Amino acid sequence: MLKDEDRIFTNLYGWFDWGLDGARKRGDWSTTKQILSQTPEEVVELVKASGLRGRGGAGFPTGLKWSFMPKVVGDRPHYLIVNADESEPGTCKDREIMRNDPHKLVEGCLIAGYSMRACAAYIYIRGEYYNESGNLQAAIDQAYDAGLIGKNACGTGYDFDIILHRGAGAYICGEETALLESLEGKKGQPRLKPPFPAAVGLYGCPSTVNNVESIAVVPEILRRGPEWFAGLGRERNVGTKLFCISGHVNNPCNVEEEMGIPLRELIDKHAGGVIGGWDNLLAVIPGGASVRCIPKSICDDILMDFDSLMTVKSGLGTAAVIVMNKQTDIVKAIARLSYFYKHESCGQCTPCREGTGWMWRVMERLVTGEAEYEEIDALEQVTKQIEGHTICALGDAAAWPIQGLLTHFRGEVEDRIKAHKASLSNLQAVE
Amino acid sequence: MPKLTVDGIEVDVPPGSTVLQACEAAGAEIPRFCYHERLSIAGNCRMCLVEVKPGPPKPQASCALPAADNQEVFTDSEMVKKARHGVMEFLLINHPLDCPICDQGGECDLQDQAMGYGHHSSRYTENKRAVEDKHMGPLIQTIMTRCIHCTRCVRFSTEVAGVTEMGLLGRGETAEITTYLEKALASELSGNVIDLCPVGALTSKPYAFVSRPWELKKTETIDVMDAVGSNIRVDTRGSEVLRVLPRLHDDVNEEWISDKARFACDGLKRQRLDRPYLRRDGKLVPVSWPEAFSTVAEQMKALSGEAMAAIAGDLCDAESMFALKQLMTSVGSANIDCRQDGAKLDASVRASYLFNASIAGVEDADAILLVGTNPRWEAPVLNARIRKRWLEGGLTVAMVGTPADLTYKVETLGAGAQTLREIADGSHSFAEVLKSAKKPMVILGMGALVREDGAAVLAMARSIAEGCGMIQEASEDSDAWNGFSVLHTAASRVAGLDMGFVPGAEGKGVAGIVAGAGSGEIKFVYLLGADEIDMSGLGKAFVVYQGHHGDAGAHRADVVLPGAAYTEKDGIYVNTEGRAQLALQASFPPGEAREDWKVLRALSEAVGKALAYDSATALRTALVAAHGSFGAIDQVEPASWGAFGTAGETSDAPFGQVIENFYMTDSISRCSAVMAECTETFVTAKAERTGTEE
Repeated sequence: MLKDEDRIFTNLYGWFDWGLDGARKRGDWSTTKQILSQTPEEVVELVKASGLRGRGGAGFPTGLKWSFMPKVVGDRPHYLIVNADESEPGTCKDREIMRNDPHKLVEGCLIAGYSMRACAAYIYIRGEYYNESGNLQAAIDQAYDAGLIGKNACGTGYDFDIILHRGAGAYICGEETALLESLEGKKGQPRLKPPFPAAVGLYGCPSTVNNVESIAVVPEILRRGPEWFAGLGRERNVGTKLFCISGHVNNPCNVEEEMGIPLRELIDKHAGGVIGGWDNLLAVIPGGASVRCIPKSICDDILMDFDSLMTVKSGLGTAAVIVMNKQTDIVKAIARLSYFYKHESCGQCTPCREGTGWMWRVMERLVTGEAEYEEIDALEQVTKQIEGHTICALGDAAAWPIQGLLTHFRGEVEDRIKAHKASLSNLQAVE
Repeated sequence: MPKLTVDGIEVDVPPGSTVLQACEAAGAEIPRFCYHERLSIAGNCRMCLVEVKPGPPKPQASCALPAADNQEVFTDSEMVKKARHGVMEFLLINHPLDCPICDQGGECDLQDQAMGYGHHSSRYTENKRAVEDKHMGPLIQTIMTRCIHCTRCVRFSTEVAGVTEMGLLGRGETAEITTYLEKALASELSGNVIDLCPVGALTSKPYAFVSRPWELKKTETIDVMDAVGSNIRVDTRGSEVLRVLPRLHDDVNEEWISDKARFACDGLKRQRLDRPYLRRDGKLVPVSWPEAFSTVAEQMKALSGEAMAAIAGDLCDAESMFALKQLMTSVGSANIDCRQDGAKLDASVRASYLFNASIAGVEDADAILLVGTNPRWEAPVLNARIRKRWLEGGLTVAMVGTPADLTYKVETLGAGAQTLREIADGSHSFAEVLKSAKKPMVILGMGALVREDGAAVLAMARSIAEGCGMIQEASEDSDAWNGFSVLHTAASRVAGLDMGFVPGAEGKGVAGIVAGAGSGEIKFVYLLGADEIDMSGLGKAFVVYQGHHGDAGAHRADVVLPGAAYTEKDGIYVNTEGRAQLALQASFPPGEAREDWKVLRALSEAVGKALAYDSATALRTALVAAHGSFGAIDQVEPASWGAFGTAGETSDAPFGQVIENFYMTDSISRCSAVMAECTETFVTAKAERTGTEE
């Protein structure tokens, strides 16, 4: 279990002042000028050395991503984009950062922006995060007033602006290139890659898109040294992570924990255990709605990090742990997720536009069992036809929950069809 | 030059190529719906997926993937087959499969590719999506349930046509293509979305349920609705022209044509002159060919050459004009003219009346001065070329004349000759823009030349061209450049000027002929398809009208000789660049109407001055022998520069618009019901319609 002194987000629960004074008391902004006295390359190297992997879901090494930015600013400015469009069902970690510890993000923007020679950071915040956008804007204003950002930020001679932009509530705008489109004032539809944003990003300029949490942990890593961060967790899966535990637990919560904590420990220690006891656990979706669920047998001893969840064909994603106990209608739960993906598909490319609706309709029938056995295989094939064939990862995200269901709970699905067929023949017998 | 292998075949492709282009270079066919060579890449249909190594372990969209060195591309692997079958299944689940009643049937990309990648039956048992049809104006029929969301139409209208009000509304499976608020698509190029649509979602409204593609005879010919000479394909069934489609010609029309070129063909069925007529007691009565000829010959024989005149219209082929010119010369008349509108064009210097920069050359220009022209209406395809160049950036466009919405940013410098004079003498700031440009252009329209002071304006335009460095000799690092470009509006004009269908020594031009006829000095006027002159001014002259439509000319005529429309005869047309192009006969003239040169040949015999050719080939040989440029089919010979125009006083009146209504400019389009509907929608009535970007 993570020691208190190793916590980065010390005001995660909003017990203290979220403003600049409170943030300074917690150590934020304390050595920013010193950090910025290093060259951008040195900062990137330190972040690389820390082993920080992106906290938005894909787990791409953050330092490596920053190093893709051009080393010299040409005729086009560089931009840092912070993805605060946290819309993944079950996920609410960035919300707490922006609500209770916004200065961590603001300071992180400055340092990350400096390391990639950006002139400005755009923070694209989910439209529904109204109060959070208020706090974050206030924090940005406080930082401007204190000379921490803006012209000659922190007295380093480096000019850096932060602009907060509120989205309008589309899940797809959390996809990094759709976010860029939306930020430019266009319809939020993912762009083709390549070119990648580091080459052609916002307004055609080199840009890097990072998750809120990835940026917010950077100042603390640089203050304590990359060795400290790399010393937590397991190899390749280091540091601390915010977990959002929801569903059938006694105490749903957000908690900062060490990477690689056993799932069972996470649920039992922080969330007060599964409702009805551990043995009443049915399945867990460990990383936000778009990863494959894992049944209790795997949950018993799985470690919560990128690589170990990958070995069971699931993923850490955003570390939003959705717990479902045995009272859950898991088919219906996954059908509801299918509806979500059908509703949020942008409609740009064929497999996702046509496939999400198809999958949802079949799923709805599987809930009641009004289907044929062959349709289970057909459904699985459809998920495979979508997966990997789309412009962005939303196609995969729509396919994986169903694949998880069919891998681990196929028996349940078959039973329903059987029961439905039985009820039909009973009816006929009565008639 | 990236070198890669496609299915084991090694290919070199130019830098910047995509994997799809590399595959085509290697001879591998890649199915696609959204990709189109002349539009931006969308990558959304996912049909062109291929396997690429090195790369992620999933198929990639070849249309959007840059070709790189040492790539190994597989277009036929198990992964690719699966991916394409999967995408095809998705495309078909919500497609109505109403091919038997769909106008696209037989020429449908989805239908064709479903043969290769489709399943024989569907696993989709849910209800199909139905989408409400959208109103897009009088030309485009929409059956939106068939739409596969490839967005070609959106990209075309945004990028080429400059109409940004077409797009994808909504998201996911409820996304729909529409012109917001269902406005008519206000572009002179709107019909091209019909060709671009890979399915039957956007089809031709006038052609709805008319025919099947395999019933049609396809003839590759040339359009005459403007002076661009767009390459078209005319589809006929029997003698009826059912539709007109564009053909590819990168230097002329790329693969677009204007709506007039495409949809005016129904005018070929109406108001046709199908037999000779003679005016008796004020009324035109049908007569036989011999009777008509003898009446005309009688008149001609009785008159001296000075009392006779001939005017050629805007749709004439070169051969018939040549025959008429020779006939008039043989009877001793120098009163001939092909400039119905009275444009002060100088036939003696070829460079003075050509679009010297060439249409494709617009893409090299970096500053354009439009003088007295509205290219959007006078040559929509050329206008699209200017917009294409403008979108690339680094092009300044300014105009002197009546302001117009041209779909790109144009600075209006002034309205008339005064501004032009300032540019010519260097006192106007735009002169500097032209001088500092690498390849400056002036596009001189008929609006500036049809005036009394046209010759003076022409001289000023020449001095601008010379003074602003538009006439550049070829040098080591650049080719020759001539930015002086005249934009004609009549398809026959350049051919007429090339062969000298202009007044000879002591001869009269159009204005002189009309005035002479009014005063009685000219007693006989031969109108070869000429409808645009002031008929009321012809006084008591004996008027012969040879043409294909009962328009102004036929109404005034004393004798009507029925001729052939452009789809009904072989002929040479020379476009505004001076490019001679061969038009082919697609159908036959109606009734007793005959090809125009035959009518003239027969008449010449009746007059006793028989023309020396008995076949079209012989006529063409004679034409080429007299004027070599007509023999160089589809070639543009750079014209040598010379002195032209007459310096003189100019009036302060603004340059006018020569086209008041794009949809009705000649006897064919005036007879077209479709064009009448377009006029109603886009010109006269202010119906709901889209705007354009600028």
